[in-house]
Amino acid sequence: MDMFQIVLDELSARPVFWFLSIIMLVSGFMVVTLKNIFHSAIYLILCLFSVAGIFILLEAEFLAAAQVLIYVGAVAILMIFAIMLSTNVSGKKTMTTQNGLPVAIISAVFALGTIALVIMTKLNIVMRGSDGFISKGLWIGEKGQLPTENIMLIGKYLMTEYMLPFEVISVLLLASMIGAIALARNERS
Amino acid sequence: MVPYIAVAAVLFSLGLFGVLTRRNIIGILMSLELMFNAVNINLVAFNKFVWPGELTGQIFSLFIIVVAAAEAVVGLAIVLLLYRNWQDISNDNINVMKW
Amino acid sequence: MTEHTYLIVLLPLFSFLTIVFALRWKEMVSAVFSVGMIATSLLMSIMVLIETLGRHGDYYTAAFSIVELGTFKLQLGMVIDPLTAMMLVVVTTIGTCVEIYSIGYMKDDPRFSRFFAYLSLFLFSMLGLVISDNFFMTFIFWELVGLTSYLLIGFWFEKKSAADACKKAFLTTRVGDLGFIVGLMLIWFYCGTFNFTDVFAVIGAGTVPPIIVTFLAIGVFCGAVGKSAQFPLHTWLPDAMEGPTPVSSIVHSATMVAAGVYLVARTMSVFVASADASMVVAVIGIFTSLMAATIALVQVDIKRVLAYSTISQLGYMIMALGLYGVDTANGIHSPGFYAATFHLMTHAFFKSLLFMGAGSVIHAVHTNDIMEMGGLLKKMKITGPTFLIGSLSIAGIFPLAGFWSKDEIVAATFGHPIFTVLTLLIAFMTAFYMWRLCFLTFFGKPRVEHRYEHAHESPNTMSYPLIFLAFMAAVVGLVGVPWLPHGFASFLYHGEAYHPHWAWMNLGISIVFGGGGILLAYLMYIKGVISPDAMMNRFKPIYNFFYNKWYFDELYQAAIINPIMAIGRWMWTFDAKVIDGAVNGTAALTMWWADVKFWIDKWIVDGAVNGAGFIVRSMGALLKYLQTGRMQFYMIFSTVFIIIMILLKFEIAHIDLDWPVMTALFIAAIGLLSVAAKFVPDEVSQESENEK
Repeated sequence: MDMFQIVLDELSARPVFWFLSIIMLVSGFMVVTLKNIFHSAIYLILCLFSVAGIFILLEAEFLAAAQVLIYVGAVAILMIFAIMLSTNVSGKKTMTTQNGLPVAIISAVFALGTIALVIMTKLNIVMRGSDGFISKGLWIGEKGQLPTENIMLIGKYLMTEYMLPFEVISVLLLASMIGAIALARNERS
Repeated sequence: MVPYIAVAAVLFSLGLFGVLTRRNIIGILMSLELMFNAVNINLVAFNKFVWPGELTGQIFSLFIIVVAAAEAVVGLAIVLLLYRNWQDISNDNINVMKW
Repeated sequence: MTEHTYLIVLLPLFSFLTIVFALRWKEMVSAVFSVGMIATSLLMSIMVLIETLGRHGDYYTAAFSIVELGTFKLQLGMVIDPLTAMMLVVVTTIGTCVEIYSIGYMKDDPRFSRFFAYLSLFLFSMLGLVISDNFFMTFIFWELVGLTSYLLIGFWFEKKSAADACKKAFLTTRVGDLGFIVGLMLIWFYCGTFNFTDVFAVIGAGTVPPIIVTFLAIGVFCGAVGKSAQFPLHTWLPDAMEGPTPVSSIVHSATMVAAGVYLVARTMSVFVASADASMVVAVIGIFTSLMAATIALVQVDIKRVLAYSTISQLGYMIMALGLYGVDTANGIHSPGFYAATFHLMTHAFFKSLLFMGAGSVIHAVHTNDIMEMGGLLKKMKITGPTFLIGSLSIAGIFPLAGFWSKDEIVAATFGHPIFTVLTLLIAFMTAFYMWRLCFLTFFGKPRVEHRYEHAHESPNTMSYPLIFLAFMAAVVGLVGVPWLPHGFASFLYHGEAYHPHWAWMNLGISIVFGGGGILLAYLMYIKGVISPDAMMNRFKPIYNFFYNKWYFDELYQAAIINPIMAIGRWMWTFDAKVIDGAVNGTAALTMWWADVKFWIDKWIVDGAVNGAGFIVRSMGALLKYLQTGRMQFYMIFSTVFIIIMILLKFEIAHIDLDWPVMTALFIAAIGLLSVAAKFVPDEVSQESENEK
């Protein structure tokens, strides 16, 4: 079996997915390895955008929009603000280094291997042994049929079945907001 | 489905690597965001391929996004506070808990 | 009046309290107040006596309980019968005389008020003893009498002899009281009551074993022996002469020593129930009487002669009571009880008279030694004649008081020939030593001039009581003259009234022996027909024996005090050597054992505790290196373990080990990691320093 041929087949079978995935992984790699923390933040935005694209591929349009709004629009910008408040962007202070590289690489590789092992052996077996609804086909990439009007459904769920978590998460947000204000408030003012 | 899971796993490992190696605390937070995103991809993918009738995975992802936002807010506030007190946000130098 | 008899008792107490708390600094006021109180008591006593005479032998009782514990009832009560009424009058009369006399006698004493306070308390105790209707109350007042006599005898406590004498009096009477307490215990145990009437009823019923009755009676008699100075507890009385003379007077006549006789008379029913006990009483009485009379023959201290005379006369009374008990137990009608109580009364009057007279003489010549006196009759126009009247009375010369009472005592001994002979012998000796005293003191030529020179009559407060008492000593016996239809005998009796009969023979013997004694004394000390010195030299051993009081003090010293002291010393040695040794040994043993326990504590218990601490500390020292303070280290740590857990959870990796081995491996792994973490160089901080 020609390894290259297999990869080429896969890429041609799902070009958009692989395009987004490669952008995402490369930018993610940049986030964790670049010495300049500001550059990392820029790559983080790129990465988050690609994740939003993957969400669209997975027919989670609302989630993709939330991803862009919250992550790209809020969290990433907040990161950049924090970087600019805590370091001198133009100076050498934004530069950072890695430490404990060998252990970290070993840990990460082991984690990846573990997840891969779980996916490829255990979960697969479990799914296969279940009743007919969960078919093997799902695992090799066949799309299931999601409800077409899922944005409306999400709104309906949030207001009915997931009412309590929704409220709790609202309180959490409020608490974190107050906490952030209390923590970052300038004592002197 | 497997490609989605595989890509998410790789992204998760990258985030983990970043968390373990980044010296800058903001860098650690950013790596954490990568890990959150990997989890979200996983959830959405499983929702679509394994349990398409419901939207549980998507809603759960939504919650995770919110929690991540809250975490980022508090975390960055702490970072600012650290910077104000230490004039440094390198985690190596913040080791007052050392024996 | 009879129902308010308790006032007679309480007035002296009131006097005592008032003097102690209010009048102590006003000497004359306190004396007069005290006299007034006892005089009021006297008047009330006379009223009680008159009422009692009107009741013809019936008695009056009143009681109230102060403590009730189950069956035990502690009662304060009074019984007014002829004996009580007679004693009340006697005690208050003599008390009044003595207090008046004391005003003169104690004139310059620095503790004048206190003396009257003590006297009042003394009289209160005696009066309480007289009216009490049960053994318990009797005992309380009995001890109060002992206490107050202690205070009075030791009144001049600066004198060592007085301090010793009061201690001796207190302790000696206490020996008798021990017997009394035993008697009280027996009474309580066998009779279940302390009330006189009830106790007599129980004993009269014959349910109590005879041997117990005997012991019980002897126990009660022990108390009387102590108080009335009978053999073998008589030694305190002569020493009690160290107290002020008014104290001697009252102690020897109406109160302290009379208490013993009174107690025996009061509890006569108990003695009547036991002929053996009564015989003991009689024998002790006659022996004491004889012994004291012989000692009195040769004494030269005026007060000591009188003291032994008192012991002798008390022996008379005790003997008469004992013989009454013997005779009654044998069913013979005897005058003993009546004789004894009659003699108690007459003796109280003439003996207090004699003591006061002696006090007056001592007051005049400032010595107790009769050999240094003589011819004082010319100087002391009141003291002399009154003293002679008292001496005639005690000698038993017709028609003075002593004659009538002594006559009855002699009559009581009929039926017991040995007692009769000894009684008459004692009567003879009594007349002799009393008149020896009189002749040496008041007649003849003054033997020491300077003492005679400034001898003088005593002040009126001292002489008036003498006159009064002399009158009483002369006439009081008339209440008991045999031909009187309702005389003393029909008033005061035990069991059945005794009617004395006119016996010329009896009276004659009495007068013969009394007069014989006086005649012998006259021949020896006035006429010089028989030389006292020659007699003394001739009977030297007997003289010494008598002069040294039968060596009783020495005997007690050798037989009781020295052994007790020796035992005490031996006990002390025992204490010091054995008990202390044991205690110290115990202490040493305890200390040794403590050392052992200390060693165990230090090396085993502390070792365990410290060992636990050491293990924890060393583990902490080992594991502390895990606390690097770098959060990424913690993250790696947790990541590694999460991975391991996932692998185990999904059975991708198989570890099949027992849990102890797992645990050990786990701990070892963590320890190794910790040690490894110690050697992880802190490279980063160096770098960041380089960056700076």
